[in-house]
Amino acid sequence: MQTHFLARIPMAFKVLFSHKYTQTLLTSTPPTAATVTLTNSNTDGALQLLALLQKEGRLLDFIQEDVTNFNDEQIGAAARVVHQGLKKAITEHITLCAISDTIEGNAISLAENFDAQTYRLTGNVSGSAPFNGTLLHKGWRATEIKLPQTMEGYDFTVLAPAEIEL
Amino acid sequence: MSEAKFTVGIDLGTTHCVMSYAEVNTDGESGPQQLFTIPQLIGPGQIEERDALPSFAYLPHASELPENQRQLPWGTPEYIAGEFARELGTKTPDRLVNSAKSWLSHGELDRRAPLLPLEAPEDITKLSPYEVSRHYLQHLLHAWNQRHPEAPLEQQQLTITIPASFDPSARELTVLAAQEIGLHQAILLEEPQAALYSWISGSSGDWRKQVSPGDVILVVDLGGGTTDLSLIAITEKDGELALTRVAVGDHLLLGGDNMDLALAHTLRQKLAQQGTQLQPWQFLALAHGCRQAKETLFSQLELDEVPIVVPSRGSSLIAGSLRTELTRTEVEAILVDGFFPHVPVDAPVVQRARSALTRKSLPYAQDAAITRHLASFLSKQLHAADELSDIQLPENARFLHPTAVLFNGGVVKASPLTNRIIDVLNQWLSDEDAPPVKRLQGNNPDHAVAHGAAYYGSVRNGCGVRIRGGTACSYYVGIESAMPAVPGMEAPIEAFCIAPFGMEEGSDASLPSQEFGLVVGQPVRFRFFSSTIRHSDLPGTVLSFWNEGELEELPAIEATLPATDRTAGDIVPVLLQASINALGTLELAALPVDGSERWQVAFDTRGETS
Repeated sequence: MQTHFLARIPMAFKVLFSHKYTQTLLTSTPPTAATVTLTNSNTDGALQLLALLQKEGRLLDFIQEDVTNFNDEQIGAAARVVHQGLKKAITEHITLCAISDTIEGNAISLAENFDAQTYRLTGNVSGSAPFNGTLLHKGWRATEIKLPQTMEGYDFTVLAPAEIEL
Repeated sequence: MSEAKFTVGIDLGTTHCVMSYAEVNTDGESGPQQLFTIPQLIGPGQIEERDALPSFAYLPHASELPENQRQLPWGTPEYIAGEFARELGTKTPDRLVNSAKSWLSHGELDRRAPLLPLEAPEDITKLSPYEVSRHYLQHLLHAWNQRHPEAPLEQQQLTITIPASFDPSARELTVLAAQEIGLHQAILLEEPQAALYSWISGSSGDWRKQVSPGDVILVVDLGGGTTDLSLIAITEKDGELALTRVAVGDHLLLGGDNMDLALAHTLRQKLAQQGTQLQPWQFLALAHGCRQAKETLFSQLELDEVPIVVPSRGSSLIAGSLRTELTRTEVEAILVDGFFPHVPVDAPVVQRARSALTRKSLPYAQDAAITRHLASFLSKQLHAADELSDIQLPENARFLHPTAVLFNGGVVKASPLTNRIIDVLNQWLSDEDAPPVKRLQGNNPDHAVAHGAAYYGSVRNGCGVRIRGGTACSYYVGIESAMPAVPGMEAPIEAFCIAPFGMEEGSDASLPSQEFGLVVGQPVRFRFFSSTIRHSDLPGTVLSFWNEGELEELPAIEATLPATDRTAGDIVPVLLQASINALGTLELAALPVDGSERWQVAFDTRGETS
């Protein structure tokens, strides 16, 4: 469906202000074989977390710097700043827990109805449940995430302000 | 207050404010305490709830932060409090107010005059220590009322804690600050007592098994900026355990921040020897790094050293950072041996003569050795529990023997420091053939004061045991003794007791017979003294001589008799009477001998120079 650019402007306003019109537009699109709904993540939260990691742990400074000409001791010193700061930022805002309580390297068994997003099978994947294997990585889950609340009009794209000393 | 739904406790600390609350049932008994997390700015336009509100205020420049970046859910205050204030202050220290509470108890200054920040640039309207304290309270009030619109803070049972060593005017200013923002019901509680209440509440009745009559509990409160000591005796009355606060220590401006600075100074010298000179901001970052490194060394005893990195301020992190390390040897020499040395119990506190030209500053403790302050406190208070028959000291005792210790405050999370205090105490005790102290456990050292304050509401409602204590000092006014004038000699002063030690709230001191002449219509100032040692002086006692350190001079008190019904210039004979009101502050009144009036005598909160 080709629509002239100028014709799209009032259409956009109609979409903005008329729920009904949007519905008409959506239903008028030809149906595909199976409708898959994909959602985009909220980028505000991602930017906010990035700003926190920069503020506490200088993450952006660290990865934006060319490390080739520094020796390991210099990089190690900077890595301590990053490690300490990131740890603080993450602990303050995200509650983490391991997905599996089994000690890494020990045997683990998964029943038939296990959640494939939570547990990933690798290696010789064949046969049927129960799947018996070795736990390589215990996994991480965020049980709680708490980001700072922001004022209306807050510009999330500022990850770190430019600093000017007077 | 029957409509109260909660009992609330506010720990208005030198470096952090913490708020705790508990639901109260119809019998006035409160449930378990919960921390009230405090929303605050953590960056421009960003608000987060934190366990504590750092006691920092930042006065932003008009161009620095637009209003919408410093809004709080309840409006936009003129200046910023809490975490973001502290952070801004690390880079712009001239606009930061810290330790307002220490200034509030500074007797030589006008505490309601704008003087903070001390080094402020000229475009700043300075704030008084009183205003800053009120601002923190107001922040807490708004935060509470926003979350609990159904139960406004003004209608809850509210306890605000203060250092046991706060003088009467600092106590009064704290109450006034609360009243001015509508918290008329707020009552005061001493911090070490609050810590003990928290321990009692947390033990769910088990405390009765852990202490017994004859015990003396030493509460050691080591905060970020101050050290506060109290002694609480356990006695038995009618088959029930009773608690009596028998002594409080001097106001010591010495705490965890001093320790971090001491470490940072050492590392600065180490870096200077390697040819690196630090800029002021780098020094602050170094002190911050020292705090973390110290905590790591104290919690992971197998480590010998911890690296500290001062990150660059530019975006080049690797090229611009400074690295050094803090070793266990340094931490033990500077903190454990420096602040908590092994000393005999009769070791005197080191006093340096102050230089004649002292800048306006806080009266920081000159001797950093907390164990020497502790020794001096216990020795001075040798007789503090003499009136309690349950407390028995051996004949040869040279100090009051504590039998148990309760630690409180951020510093006590470092076990090498508390272990050292216990070692030193036990050495003193074993020198006098007394058994070692036991350590009372279970408190959260950061939150115990606030929790204890919230619990205190239910104690006041008659549920739970109450610590008896009353005033921690006896109070005196200075009168010039009558003697022939000698050129060049100041007339010697006598101290006349007007309030005894241990006056309970809601009580009046007996009226002494000494008359004072007040001039109608003119303010008359009296010199004012307190003593934490003289427990048996009664109103009317006159001291013509006292030992060094026995009496401490406080800001003067001032009485003005209104000229109504009397002729200005007349001299009216009056009696001075002291009372402790229900909020826990001292009140003085002048009672004319020939009338039934009662005139309020004000504490001078304006300092000696006014």
